[in-house]
Amino acid sequence: MTVEAVLFFFAAALALGGAVGVVLGRNPVHCALLLVVTLVAVAIFFLLQEAQLVAAVQIIVYAGAIVVLFLFVIMLLGVDKDESLRDPIPYQRPAAVALGAILLAEIFVLAGRTWATGATSVRGSVRRRVDGQDLGNIQRVARTLFTDFLWAFELTAVLLVIAVVGAVVLARRSGQRAQLDEHEQAIEEQITEAELSEAAEEEEEEEEEEVVMP
Amino acid sequence: MSLAALDITPNYYLVVGALLFTIGAVGLLLRRNVLVMFMCVELMLNAANLTFVTFSRALNDIGGQVIVFFTLVVAAAEVAVGLAIIVAIFRRRRGATADDVRLLKG
Repeated sequence: MTVEAVLFFFAAALALGGAVGVVLGRNPVHCALLLVVTLVAVAIFFLLQEAQLVAAVQIIVYAGAIVVLFLFVIMLLGVDKDESLRDPIPYQRPAAVALGAILLAEIFVLAGRTWATGATSVRGSVRRRVDGQDLGNIQRVARTLFTDFLWAFELTAVLLVIAVVGAVVLARRSGQRAQLDEHEQAIEEQITEAELSEAAEEEEEEEEEEVVMP
Repeated sequence: MSLAALDITPNYYLVVGALLFTIGAVGLLLRRNVLVMFMCVELMLNAANLTFVTFSRALNDIGGQVIVFFTLVVAAAEVAVGLAIIVAIFRRRRGATADDVRLLKG
């Protein structure tokens, strides 16, 4: 077997095993960690297909940022292991598996159709030399990203700003203060009192220091 | 075909992509925990990314790799807003089960 074949089957086993683990795992923390396995396996696929930059970004953004965000939220909310097994729609679980099988069959049938034309390159080559230079993967991606896709690239900046503002607005506490239950309010009051007393102590200490200084 | 001469064609990667996408879709339908449902959406996005990169190499077109960046940005934005919504729901009620929040009214 060639090196590519060995790596391919290794990564395929990791990716599919991790994905099944995400679906079947009881503990959300285990699901998140198995998701990392799948993401790293997909990064190996990217490396095998000469997409080095995308592979690096995949690990940095997905495994480094998104999964860590997932773990933060799981830890913040508490691990919730008891998932309700009652089907709100009758036979939802068997129906889900059946629909999945139909979806897979559909993908394979549609993939054989002629509209998957296999048209040749329009956006720049992955391998061919450009202007007599031998460019690396990052240079090739950058050339296309900052010429053909410049407008879309600028729009992603707007999208990210909207997402950040939206996340802050949604996760903010002050707008919901009136609706919090009394227990939570009592805890918050205790915390603010503690903070106030700490702040007062610090101020006193500072004043004492000021007296000492001259 | 002997095992020694096994050549990995783009079809192999496409099949793995299709399987990953299906596992993600089935997981989205099976699970009730909103966080795990989100992870299944990430699986489906990754399957789409894998397909893009596979066609990028098969058709010798760098555009496939550029699109993956945009998918990543959309995935990151989606996770940020989605997790903020989950945290906001958790403030109102305990438990991360999708059935409990089927009404938009709180």
